[in-house]
Amino acid sequence: MTTAPFPTTLAPVKRISLWRRYLRRPLGVVALAVLLVVVAVAVLAPWLAPFDPNLVDFKLTHATPGDGHLLGGDSAGRDILSRLLYGAQTTLFGAVITCAAGLLLGVPAGVSAGYFGGATDRVCSWISDALQSVPGMIVLLVVAAGTGQSFVVLMVALGIFLAPGYYRITRARALSVRKEPYIDAARVAGVTNGRILRTHMLRAVYAPIVVQTALTAGIAIGMQAGLQFLGIGSASTPSWGQMMNDGFQNMLNYPLILLWPSIALGLTIAALAFIGSTLADLVSVRSEQPTRRDRSRVRESLAAPAPGDLAERVASGSHAHDAEDCALRVDNLRVGYAVSNGVKEVVRGVSLDAAPGEVLGIVGESGSGKTQTIFSVLNLLPSGGTAVADGIWVGGREVGRLSPGERAALLGRSIGYVPQEPMTNLDPCYTIGHQLVEPLRHVHGMSKAAARERAREVLVQVGITDPDRVLVSYPHQISGGMAQRVLIAGAVAGRPPLLVADEPTTALDVTVQAEVLELLRELQREYGMALVIVTHNFGVVADICDRVVVMKDGRIVETGPVERIFRNPEDPYTAELISASLDDTESRQELDEAWSRESPAALDRVGEKDGAR
Amino acid sequence: MNAPGGAEPLLAVEDLVVDYRIHRKLRLRALKGVSISVGAGECVGLVGESGSGKSTLGKAVLGLAAVTSGRISFDGQDITHVKGAARRRLANDIQVVFQDPYGSLDPTMTVGEVLAEPLEVTGTSREKARAVVAEMLDHVRLPSDAVHRYPSEFSGGQRQRIAIARALVRRPRLIVCDEPVSALDLTTQSTILDLFIDLQRDTGVSYLFVSHDLGVVRRICHRVSVMYQGEIVEDGDTTKVTDDPEHPYTRRLLLAAPVADPVRQAERRATWLGLRDSA
Amino acid sequence: MLSFIAKRLLSGILLLVVVTSGTYFLAHVAVGDPTPGLLGNSATAAQQAALRTKIGYDQPLLVQFWNWFSSAATGDFGSSWRNFQSVNDQIALRVPVTLSIVVFATLLAAIIGVGVGIACGLRPGGLLDRSLKLASVVLFALPGFWVSLVLVMWFGIELKWFPAVGYVSPEHSFGGWIQSITLPSVSLALGAIVMVAEQLRNGFLQVANQDFVRTLRARGLSGRRVTAHVLRNASPAALTVLALLFVGLLGGAIVVEIVFNLPGIGSLTQSASQIGDIPVLLGLTAVTVVFVVIVNFLLDLVLGWVNPKVRER
Repeated sequence: MTTAPFPTTLAPVKRISLWRRYLRRPLGVVALAVLLVVVAVAVLAPWLAPFDPNLVDFKLTHATPGDGHLLGGDSAGRDILSRLLYGAQTTLFGAVITCAAGLLLGVPAGVSAGYFGGATDRVCSWISDALQSVPGMIVLLVVAAGTGQSFVVLMVALGIFLAPGYYRITRARALSVRKEPYIDAARVAGVTNGRILRTHMLRAVYAPIVVQTALTAGIAIGMQAGLQFLGIGSASTPSWGQMMNDGFQNMLNYPLILLWPSIALGLTIAALAFIGSTLADLVSVRSEQPTRRDRSRVRESLAAPAPGDLAERVASGSHAHDAEDCALRVDNLRVGYAVSNGVKEVVRGVSLDAAPGEVLGIVGESGSGKTQTIFSVLNLLPSGGTAVADGIWVGGREVGRLSPGERAALLGRSIGYVPQEPMTNLDPCYTIGHQLVEPLRHVHGMSKAAARERAREVLVQVGITDPDRVLVSYPHQISGGMAQRVLIAGAVAGRPPLLVADEPTTALDVTVQAEVLELLRELQREYGMALVIVTHNFGVVADICDRVVVMKDGRIVETGPVERIFRNPEDPYTAELISASLDDTESRQELDEAWSRESPAALDRVGEKDGAR
Repeated sequence: MNAPGGAEPLLAVEDLVVDYRIHRKLRLRALKGVSISVGAGECVGLVGESGSGKSTLGKAVLGLAAVTSGRISFDGQDITHVKGAARRRLANDIQVVFQDPYGSLDPTMTVGEVLAEPLEVTGTSREKARAVVAEMLDHVRLPSDAVHRYPSEFSGGQRQRIAIARALVRRPRLIVCDEPVSALDLTTQSTILDLFIDLQRDTGVSYLFVSHDLGVVRRICHRVSVMYQGEIVEDGDTTKVTDDPEHPYTRRLLLAAPVADPVRQAERRATWLGLRDSA
Repeated sequence: MLSFIAKRLLSGILLLVVVTSGTYFLAHVAVGDPTPGLLGNSATAAQQAALRTKIGYDQPLLVQFWNWFSSAATGDFGSSWRNFQSVNDQIALRVPVTLSIVVFATLLAAIIGVGVGIACGLRPGGLLDRSLKLASVVLFALPGFWVSLVLVMWFGIELKWFPAVGYVSPEHSFGGWIQSITLPSVSLALGAIVMVAEQLRNGFLQVANQDFVRTLRARGLSGRRVTAHVLRNASPAALTVLALLFVGLLGGAIVVEIVFNLPGIGSLTQSASQIGDIPVLLGLTAVTVVFVVIVNFLLDLVLGWVNPKVRER
């Protein structure tokens, strides 16, 4: 029996609701306040408006503001302020109808199309595409031509034309959620399709729909005003578009008449747009990028004395060779990322080195910082990541002294890189040939013919039997194992003295993994390269490495030659990792025998339970 | 082929053929006539590489893949083409644990909601459901206040415990485990495997355990079927298959996985190279 | 490739037939008896009946539809119910005006939008990027006619840089043509520019974070060459937005043309809609859908060229 590996209670987690996070955004709060004012005005218009909006007073025609009429009068002698207040009512009423129509049509169709796929999807998508291909304004004018004065019908028609916006966003979301195993798990758990659609699928599309509604409302209000501007709608219902038309007719002489409804319309739409954009930020529809300030904050924090368990910035790990003789040497590397409440350090002082012709393994579990170490050496950390080191030497040269251009020039020439996932590391839009030839021509300065010949040669070298077919293939036309061979070919094509490989076999089948390890070994010997290989698998370490670095939580716990590490691990964590691998594990039969010896009654108990069913 | 004890097997798959439609015209035969059986309280492994059809077989048992021909029976009852309400009733007896501990839990639901869902669809009362959920959390050794948390607040291993608890709440007789430990770190992997074994001993549930890793299969499975390109090339007691494989493919598969011992791995590699070059 | 083109063309024709037929019935249901609208309320019952016979309104709806459809299939959209002029002639006269501003606006959106999008994608979080975000939020939602009113008031009336209203044909004076379509095109294009830029910027960053970009860098390729790879991968989404915008701009042009008093299809649509002149409205619908089909077809060709996977479908 294993002991409970977790405490009986969980550490408290600070969860901040979407609403609270929204209120921290000043722009969002202002926009929300503006919208609330518009809503309040619309609801309270009968009490707020000083005059009947349709009351005609000829003295008031084109009147300037003042004399009890705060905003003056329009060309028909009606009080502009009162019409503006009642206009808010029309505007919002129309927007609600439009959004409701778009929502009720688009969301159920989108969720069903994404979930069921097949014919449902094809039919719904065709209708949506067709709707988007129709110039809505013309059809709306057709509708307006007959139904003329029915505002509600017109707004529903407008909603139909805006439904594809909802449809596309919900379908895309539903389609990606459909592939998630939790939907399959729910089906296996006996949950009906209806319930899956109502709970799982609807929850998944909820946030994008809220964002979309804010945006749709803004567009709906704009199009509604456009229609009213064209003279659609009853003259007795005051509306902003109509008022703008009136102002437009008198623009040259009385520009103020145009100004007020334009401001009202612009403010309302802008408020909705900012609400939508703030919400989109919060559910991260737009990818936020770390600013320069974030980067310098990380840099400062990495340079400052370490917080927490490390009293000082002490490097972990050790060096086995002189700096000048190393293919790679890293001295006290730290890597940090800017997060909302400070800096997250993922590598916390790492020192290692590898001699020419040596195979160094960096081994650790997920989150140990092994991949981040490799990316720092390449100077290719993901955006937001910052590396600080006392020194990084590649081929005996300290990269900190190089200009950014010189540092970049190391890539491909002095360092080759083999990534983890073969299928995502080839550009899907270009042929394999192009991706191999391009660096050879533009980095290594070969002629087109020579580059093509070299590309063919390395493909043969990595064990591809039909290089000419592979050269003209696109990445999606070859298998994962083949793609990894192509990537290795690309890494060694320029004959770099140092090859770094980030979990090069993790995504591959075991038999392919063995082939690729064998290939790496052959190439490493043939080119006399130093090979730095990142892995979580001690089998891979035992297979190919000369020396090994064991990492945990961004620190090195142990460094040493492979034989010694396996025979006599100094750190208990290393020992735990080695013993966790399941080669020569006791088989289930052996485990069961041992268990029944310990508790003879146990087997009967299983039998009893069986009988009870 | 019968389960140990000679009784009728809980799950019997006979000569199963499954085709996938890749394209309007192109069909891929994922399973080419496969037979397996799982007895009560037994764990049977399906091991193979990508494209071997091992996951497809699991999906067919769960009703997530359409069967072309052959027969799947559970507790003597034919379930090959069972759909709709009858399939949903089978949820009482057959459950699943998937590979991906991140995708297999709805990120918008709390752990309590995730675990209660399979109970709610059967009309279990809220108090009863709450009690069962608490019991299951205890079974998989998670603290009971986990019910108010969201899946994103847990590590990979903890999430996999939640997924196991969800599979257990309806007290099924068979759980299809589709690579349930291959996305986990090594140290986490062994504790989850031990949990699977403990739960089997406590509840008598059967596992159909799909994996690509012979080491994992050896640890947890009583019997194993080795799959290659939609067919079973070898089956038998796990101890025997992993100690002394008969089929050349099984031997290649076994030798291809590197062991965590430099000296022995050098020997294995030499054997593997010999096998590869002679093939 | 040939079957791909044939398939797209067929689906375009299907769309054209479905949309025009749909609009036909919608218009007939919505308008009802058109004669009061066409003749005014003072017309006698006899005058109305005579007009009904003349335009064929006394026949069953399906017969009317068949007459219209068989004639439209040959490219003849009949004559207006108001002045009995050929619909084709009226539209042909006005289409160049509308196309001028819509194509000009689309070009502006493509050129400026792509430029700004790349610049923001290369320096995310920079000043330009943050300005783009702010601009895109506002301009995305503000209707073109609102923007055009602001532009007319400012550039046309206050600064007098451009003619406030009116249209000059290119045959008459090329410089005058450019001047007359600049303000309307810009007011249409502003929203489109920021949408294209925002789409490209987001797509650019999404692609730039993908694994293969790191591998390309690790091969030693220069920033310019890596950008070319990223751009090619990010372009399909931006191109799709551009094609969608073209449709939106056709609709938006109707209102903008009225603000700038341009003799395009906008004012024709408005007047036809007010009196229920169905043949004219149907002709306008058909013409715009044809443009949309052409643009979508071009889009499909470009997407197929950019992305090898699309070609195989």
